[in-house]
Amino acid sequence: MTILEFGPVSALLVISVALALIIANISRVMGPQRPTYRKSVPYESGMKPIGPATRRLPIKFYLVAVLFIIFDIEVIFFLPWAVSMRDLGVYGLTVMAVFTLILIVGFIYEWKKGGLEWE
Amino acid sequence: MDEICTGLCRLMVDSGADAGLAQFVSLLVGVLLVSGVPLLTVILLIWIERKVAARIQDRIGPNRVGPIGLMQTFADLLKLLGKEDITPTAADRLLYNVAPLVSFASVVLIWAVVPFTPFHYGVDLEIGALFFVAVASFGTLAIMVAGWASNNKYALLGAFRVVSLLVSYEVPLVFALLVPVLLAGSMSMLDIVNAQSGMWFVVLSPLAFIIFYISSQAETGRAPFDLIEAESELVAGFNIEYSGMKFGMFFAAEFLHVFTNGILMALLFFGGWMGPLYYESPLIAFAWLGAKGGIIYLTTLWLRNTVPRLRIDQIMAFNWKCLVPLSIANIVLVSLALKVLQELDMAPRQLIGASFADMLPATILLLLINGALTLYLLGILRRRGKDARREAQAAPVQFARATAATAD
Repeated sequence: MTILEFGPVSALLVISVALALIIANISRVMGPQRPTYRKSVPYESGMKPIGPATRRLPIKFYLVAVLFIIFDIEVIFFLPWAVSMRDLGVYGLTVMAVFTLILIVGFIYEWKKGGLEWE
Repeated sequence: MDEICTGLCRLMVDSGADAGLAQFVSLLVGVLLVSGVPLLTVILLIWIERKVAARIQDRIGPNRVGPIGLMQTFADLLKLLGKEDITPTAADRLLYNVAPLVSFASVVLIWAVVPFTPFHYGVDLEIGALFFVAVASFGTLAIMVAGWASNNKYALLGAFRVVSLLVSYEVPLVFALLVPVLLAGSMSMLDIVNAQSGMWFVVLSPLAFIIFYISSQAETGRAPFDLIEAESELVAGFNIEYSGMKFGMFFAAEFLHVFTNGILMALLFFGGWMGPLYYESPLIAFAWLGAKGGIIYLTTLWLRNTVPRLRIDQIMAFNWKCLVPLSIANIVLVSLALKVLQELDMAPRQLIGASFADMLPATILLLLINGALTLYLLGILRRRGKDARREAQAAPVQFARATAATAD
């Protein structure tokens, strides 16, 4: 595994971003440019916008993000183990079983506490 | 791509070009080919999707522009290009304009690790599966950025909902992805496909496939998980302020993502290009992959056009209380079964190149375990469905009238 393997990936990244930029700018050149006040205010079903939109967000979205981070990290630990499970033998399996058990205990606690409810 | 590249590279060196330059040019050509596939297919995909949706809804669909409406997408593209490009005054100019690019580029980038045939692929990363997960979550980031930078209440609410949905369903998605990785013992897409020479992974672990299918349907924001465009409540969701080709890019990214997921499922669970005579010619191998991916893609369209939208609390409860525990149970059971089989010498240590006969005991055991779990999942869904129906058919709830006594 060398850094060179990512050569084609970065080339593809450059090409796709460049292409997207070109398309977006063709639109800018081809389309009309007649900005008016009404056009450029935030859309609120035809009403005058009331206050800024970026205000405080409901806590439940934050809770979902925290839950996701916990599980995402768990998954990241699973991935290298899944690749080398054959070589790790019974020891690897036992260690992972303990790890999973701890996480399941946490998951059950979270469930019982109502952390998974969407009220 | 490798084959074409080395061929081209040799040709250029033979004709007297600098070796480094030759390598660079051939790399560029290969990358252009790889990026060309998704860009060309997306134009066809939009047409296919509209035709299929029309047929399901008993309509004819686009049939005016070009033969059987094939040129419709080009007409739409031209129309979108001719639209005024508006950046709302309240929006964050930089983030607002970058979000569609990120959304589009993230989907195209997935194709870097998609092998088309055993010899034609963008790049065979050792961490291919991880790369797919990482790049696909850039799409989530783009949606969040778009919703936030638009400075619009509908857009922000839509983005919150969509992002909470996408990040939630990423957990079972990756757990389901772990099963092919575990079975193949590698994250490289090429190895995962080759490891299915004895038996497709969908047979070894149908539950992982079902979870992956449901989660990827959610990841693309398609019905029944289409909170992403809950027209009736959020007008258009996170892309409400976008016009012209910037909207078109979100649109193209979504359509392409659906097909990409179909191809990925074919690669991860249905043996990719494996099929009769695939070794004869790369074209046959490519046709097999396309056919499998296409069929899965068509079923997602079918699903999209038949089921109603779910409420966000139902979606979240289904994910966290059903899919996540099940996917963890699945990975634990599959790894245990695989270990037991290997200790008893009943499964080949290396699945790559294994024959059908080698895989038979492993197949039977894994299929039994997974079948039991799948039946359990279906049982839960059936019971929940019955409960919901009973609730819906029950007498309407009597709300207590607000009286003078409670008012004070």
